[in-house]
Amino acid sequence: MSDATLRIDDGRTPRISIAAPSDYFALLKPRVMSLVVFTALTGVVMAPTPPNLVIAFASLLAIAVGAGASGALNMWFESDIDALMTRTRKRPIPSGRLAREEALAFGLVLAGMSIFTLGLVANWLAAGLLAFTIFFYVVIYTMWLKRATPLNIVIGGAAGALPPVVGFAAASGELGLSSLVLFTIIFVWTPPHFWALALLKSDDYARAGIPMLPNVAGPDRTRLEILIYSALLAPIGVLPYLLGYASPAYGLVSTLCGVAFMLFAFATYRNREGDAAKTAARRLFIFSIAYLFALFLTLVVERILHLTAITG
Amino acid sequence: MAYWSGGLKMVDEQPNAPREEDGVVLTKEQARSRRARNIAIGLAVALFAALFYAVTIAKLGGAVAQLPPN
Repeated sequence: MSDATLRIDDGRTPRISIAAPSDYFALLKPRVMSLVVFTALTGVVMAPTPPNLVIAFASLLAIAVGAGASGALNMWFESDIDALMTRTRKRPIPSGRLAREEALAFGLVLAGMSIFTLGLVANWLAAGLLAFTIFFYVVIYTMWLKRATPLNIVIGGAAGALPPVVGFAAASGELGLSSLVLFTIIFVWTPPHFWALALLKSDDYARAGIPMLPNVAGPDRTRLEILIYSALLAPIGVLPYLLGYASPAYGLVSTLCGVAFMLFAFATYRNREGDAAKTAARRLFIFSIAYLFALFLTLVVERILHLTAITG
Repeated sequence: MAYWSGGLKMVDEQPNAPREEDGVVLTKEQARSRRARNIAIGLAVALFAALFYAVTIAKLGGAVAQLPPN
């Protein structure tokens, strides 16, 4: 605190923020936000009727801001454990650039504005789903499950899986089976993705007292669970093709990627010691991101080509 | 740095020392970050207004520019 500040009567010094706009932007978790926008876009283009481009853009912007609000509220609540983990200690609150109250106010305002905006520009079903997503991520996952059970990301994964459903609802005004299939893909993808990270960062999670599966059930049990979820994910990833929502090209991409996912999971299961174990977990983590990106990008591209063809 | 003047009154010789009646005086860093935040808020509000304008036009449709027949 600078000398050039007023001291009020009770001896306290009013805190004057030195936070830059980039600190507030970091609160939004931009990388998570970009993934949310991408999966929500997939939901938008899967809608049966071509969406108006302006409405679709405004809806995606509202969904992105809603996701950012969830990130800000998550950082507000978790600033204590963020300070303990190497992965998160440089975030704006633990590094001292932002006060917790500022993050809370920022998150609440953005959450309210994003829900209100989505309701006005799209429809109130989508707005309700966005509100539920924010509530589920902040209250159910962050405040409750994350510190309470090793199943935190199994159940909490629903929050990350909802954006395509919100996007579909924004574009069509209803809940469609195709968007629920996208929800299922992300829901089943989440545990092996985060458990691969947890295998690499188990010391961090242990220091913060978060009961991730490797810390509670052990790394070997985690590797087995990763293998089981990967075996579930591979056929679920092909569902959009099997149900007639995607082309044979998607069927081929999803099948090949599903097989590759299982091979990476099997390598993680087999390599349990030393550098080989870390390398296998890191490869699985990186490939899991590529897997989701490949499947959803294929869906988006072929759907846009289809919409372009029917609208001339 | 302070010194004792002729009587028993302590005098502060710093010419730029903050006075209570000045209220809160921002440091350069605080003033710079506040200005940056204000610009960011201004841009966000402008984008928000532009977004709602575009959405309104999109919802009204192309016929918005047509005058009603006499």
